Amino acid sequence: MNIRRLTLTQKRSLLGVVFILPWLLGFVFLFATPLFQSIHFSFSNLKIAPGGGYTLDFIGWGNFKNALSVDPNFNRILTQSLSEMAWNVPMILFFSLFTATLLNTKFVGRPFARAVFFLPVILASGAIAAAQTSGLIQLTGSSEVAKELGQQQNGFDPLSLAFTLSDAGMPMWFIDYIISAVQRIYEIIKSSGVQILIFLAALQSVPISMYEVAKMEGATAYETFWKITFPMVSPLILTNIIYTIIDSFTNSQVTTTIYNTAFQAQNFGLSAAMSWIYTAVISVVLIIVGILVSRKVFYYN
Amino acid sequence: MKVPDLQSEAVLIQMQKARNKSVSLLWLIFRYILIIGISFIILYPILQQLSVAFKDKMDIYNPTIYMIPVHFTMENVRYAMAVLNYWPLLKNTLLFAASTTFLQAASCSLAGYGFARFNFPGKNILFTLVVLTILIPTSTLMVPMYIHFRAFDILGIIHLATGKEGINMLNTYGPSLITAAFANGLKSGLYIYIFRQFFRGMPAEIEEAALIDGAGGIRTFFTIMLPNAIPPLITVILFAFVWQYNDIFYASLFNSASDLMSIKVSSLPADVNQYLPGIMGIGTGTNVKVDPNQVSMIVDTGILLAISPLIAMYLFVQRFFVESVERSGVVG
Repeated sequence: MNIRRLTLTQKRSLLGVVFILPWLLGFVFLFATPLFQSIHFSFSNLKIAPGGGYTLDFIGWGNFKNALSVDPNFNRILTQSLSEMAWNVPMILFFSLFTATLLNTKFVGRPFARAVFFLPVILASGAIAAAQTSGLIQLTGSSEVAKELGQQQNGFDPLSLAFTLSDAGMPMWFIDYIISAVQRIYEIIKSSGVQILIFLAALQSVPISMYEVAKMEGATAYETFWKITFPMVSPLILTNIIYTIIDSFTNSQVTTTIYNTAFQAQNFGLSAAMSWIYTAVISVVLIIVGILVSRKVFYYN
Repeated sequence: MKVPDLQSEAVLIQMQKARNKSVSLLWLIFRYILIIGISFIILYPILQQLSVAFKDKMDIYNPTIYMIPVHFTMENVRYAMAVLNYWPLLKNTLLFAASTTFLQAASCSLAGYGFARFNFPGKNILFTLVVLTILIPTSTLMVPMYIHFRAFDILGIIHLATGKEGINMLNTYGPSLITAAFANGLKSGLYIYIFRQFFRGMPAEIEEAALIDGAGGIRTFFTIMLPNAIPPLITVILFAFVWQYNDIFYASLFNSASDLMSIKVSSLPADVNQYLPGIMGIGTGTNVKVDPNQVSMIVDTGILLAISPLIAMYLFVQRFFVESVERSGVVG
């Protein structure tokens, strides 16, 4: 095939393939191959040979059965991180949208506030957080005391807030939710950095003329938010929900359990099965959320 | 026919104006309280660590001291540096993070440009696969990747040539560098997505002009498109660097014995207990223990030492970073 004989369109498409070639090679050898191997492993009993190779015995659904009914912790950890996610995602989403709107308005000291608000993106990390808690445990000798101490250091009394809210006639579950949000405000801030960035970028792309029209018509800030800002950023709500779900799963206990099953218990087949159960659960959650949210989302075009 | 009462209408408008004004003033105050409060929550742990780092042992037992130490000392910093073996560790980690970041930015920008600007059969399916790499949890690929790099071999070439089982790449920087170079490293899918969104927003006329002036596709990319892609480049470089620096998952999978900051920091509490008595010169052995409060101080100082390069870097780039995110078209 002579390269000079190709039409311009064909040349262009060939060039496009050249551009994505590094990724494509990486995808085939570093993603797709391990992915299929991982499916294979999950149905097998894997033994690593000391020389560098490994042997596989096919055992069917055995690993999956083990993960779901024999392993004492896996079920509990999986449901726990699922419910934590259901609890956290709305909070993170609400907080990041609120913060993004806050940071988008003009005020004195905005550059400083922005710099501070994105600091958690830099600092939120498994290694540092782990060392921080273990440092505190070291100090007090037990994890329970460390937890209590951490809450005391907040200098915040949740009871008084609970009484105020229940006097105001709020339902109990809502009070619970608000209080847990207040108590874990640092965690929420830490895990919403990227989401704030995404919302901020979305807010910047809303045409200013829309706000001008609203102002001329005499809309209040509240109305402007619900009639213009919210619908305009709603597609990004879906993006952010997906990002938050994935993020909360990658930092969850389940990942640690899967890791320990493989490298401490040396049960590679079981670990692969666990990770596939986990992947399936995430996919189901993402599909359900995706369908539910995309119905409500408004696309401006 | 009734004449509209202009007087009362004017009063009504004025009242409404006054109300709007007071509401917006209240909102302004509320906003400042919130912003200052949240900033405080974010900065407080760092300030606390700073305070601990320069505190003397005596000061932790003195409850009247808040934040600013009375006995100012560099002792903690010295001990923490000794336990961490700080400067060689930092150099190593920075070099490692910088090289993977460079490779990631290079490979992901190429892929992002390819997906944004060219039409070739199967493009949409391939891009769906990029999104898939973001969605599949890393733990799914963990075991095969580990085995793969334990006996690294491409299509069995090494096995054919030497008859051995391939090269053991664990505890080298090979696995991370290879995955980064082929755009499949840590969070690569996200970076490809960011680049693609940005390049899609660039006007087509620029490329057409370059083409007519005789520049080939690769030259157009390097001389025209890439210099204009500063916003996504900054975003990707910062993310890639920071996440690589902090990454514990791949680091403990591939490099558990290497000198990397994240590995050392996560084992810091144990290391301090083990090495501090020797460094302080009060003897070695399992029975010699240092005051647990001091251990905790040194762990805190070590964490501060670990994150301080990131904070320093962030102070330099944060302005460009926030601006660039707004323009990098994460939104599309």
